[in-house]
Amino acid sequence: MISKRIVLHFPHRLVNQPIVYKLVKDYDLQFNILKAYVTQQEEGLMVIELAGKKENFNRGIEYLQSSGVKIQPLSQDVIRNESKCTDCGVCVPICPSGALAVDPLTRKVHFYDNKCIACELCVKTCPTRAMEVHF
Amino acid sequence: MRSIKEINEKIKKGQVVAVTAEEVIDLVKKKGVKKAAQEVDVVTTGTFGPMCSSGAYFNIGHSKPRIKIGGGTCKFNDVPAYCGFAAVDVYLGATAVPDDDPRNKVFPGEFKYGGAHVIQEIVAGKDIRLEATAYGTDCYPRKKLETLINIKDLNEAVLFNMRNCYQNYNVAVNLSDKAIYTYMGMLKPKLGNANYCSAGQLSPLLKDPYYKTIGVGTKIFLGGGIGYIAWHGTQHNPSVKRKENGVPQAPAGTLAVIGDLKQMSPEWLVGTGMLGYGVTLIVGIGVPIPVLNENILKYAALADGDIYTQIVDYSQAYPQVVPGSLGEVNYAQLKSGRINLQGKDIPTGNLSSYSKARAICEELKDWIKKGDFLLSEPVADLPQAESGYTFKLLKERPLA
Repeated sequence: MISKRIVLHFPHRLVNQPIVYKLVKDYDLQFNILKAYVTQQEEGLMVIELAGKKENFNRGIEYLQSSGVKIQPLSQDVIRNESKCTDCGVCVPICPSGALAVDPLTRKVHFYDNKCIACELCVKTCPTRAMEVHF
Repeated sequence: MRSIKEINEKIKKGQVVAVTAEEVIDLVKKKGVKKAAQEVDVVTTGTFGPMCSSGAYFNIGHSKPRIKIGGGTCKFNDVPAYCGFAAVDVYLGATAVPDDDPRNKVFPGEFKYGGAHVIQEIVAGKDIRLEATAYGTDCYPRKKLETLINIKDLNEAVLFNMRNCYQNYNVAVNLSDKAIYTYMGMLKPKLGNANYCSAGQLSPLLKDPYYKTIGVGTKIFLGGGIGYIAWHGTQHNPSVKRKENGVPQAPAGTLAVIGDLKQMSPEWLVGTGMLGYGVTLIVGIGVPIPVLNENILKYAALADGDIYTQIVDYSQAYPQVVPGSLGEVNYAQLKSGRINLQGKDIPTGNLSSYSKARAICEELKDWIKKGDFLLSEPVADLPQAESGYTFKLLKERPLA
């Protein structure tokens, strides 16, 4: 089994295609949609957790790419601007996936981007707006 | 045991023993108060949190021809400043926002830019747009001024905060069934989180709980430069209930502080926007506590587990001014990341950066050890715990 959180960019021509359906039907993959919307550039954007057998997963990714869907790992999209973060920690209880945590010794705030589900709750609640989204 | 004068002699000779508010805890545990008090001359404390009653005043210099901004209007990067003073003296408050900011019209408002951000940019040496209007007089004929200004060209740029450095603060929770947006951050419904705001065992007034060394005239670390305690802060409330160890169990003392903005740094004065609440300034403050006797060291060695505070509901009790507390916790519990209230395990978040407060303690310790920072003798006491000085609510008297 393999499970990854990825960001899918659907070009305008694919926005009304049942792409995720095919991932399930033809490649036997499980999906959990964390976020989906159409951007101002009329590009479809979906943050999805995709899981399945490694072979199926890779074939599913190949199918997405051959259809014209651009794929990015999620961790590249939500970043912390280190120069703005003051390590206060008010984001920690807001984060639903445990991606933000205080180090008990240094009392600095760690951002584990592999746990991030891109809900963006931290983005506006951060007092110095140190959490940034770059989809 | 020792006087401030003697400590300063040691600082000048490079022989002073300075430790941080954190280091002193272990030292006293290991050696006992008596022995540690013989060794340690100064304990450095620090805090780095949002402090709304902050602002800066500026003398921008006279234009040619002259303008009397006093009684007119004045904006820094669109943020209005108060100008009810002489011709070119203005005061910019941290929480001011541009006239066209939507505020909370689209709730919760984002408050991305305001007085605090302007102050941080001024300190960073950035050019700022100044726009002023005036009514014009015979001696100050000009009615309009639009110019870029820079801190290096201003006559005076002075940080003057009327309430900073709260001695203890509430833990904020939300008992209602919808999220609320407060100065204590976003509070999730039904006790979803508990937010606090204190450096606890590093916080200046918690380590000198009876204000025995901290007074008017005390020289401090302020925003990365040197400042002074100007007065007790507004809402100073030394008479609240205290634990046996002397530490107030609720928000108590406060400080008004002043210092030359030109020496400060944008690292220690940070503009901030609290979602749905407003703009505020994060201020870094460090206060040295001279170990004049064992008693002072005993207080300075208090640890997170000794310092208690109250849990307050910010959906009803706080806005409606209903007295009382949902419970009491100490800072060791808060810092563990979870507290228990009404049978619920609640995650905690701090608005005040402990790691930055620790860095301020270290920085001030370095200044003292290097001989760059001499201690000052306070010239007057802050209103003391037994003084009867208290914080009052407004008694409204309806207009006839």
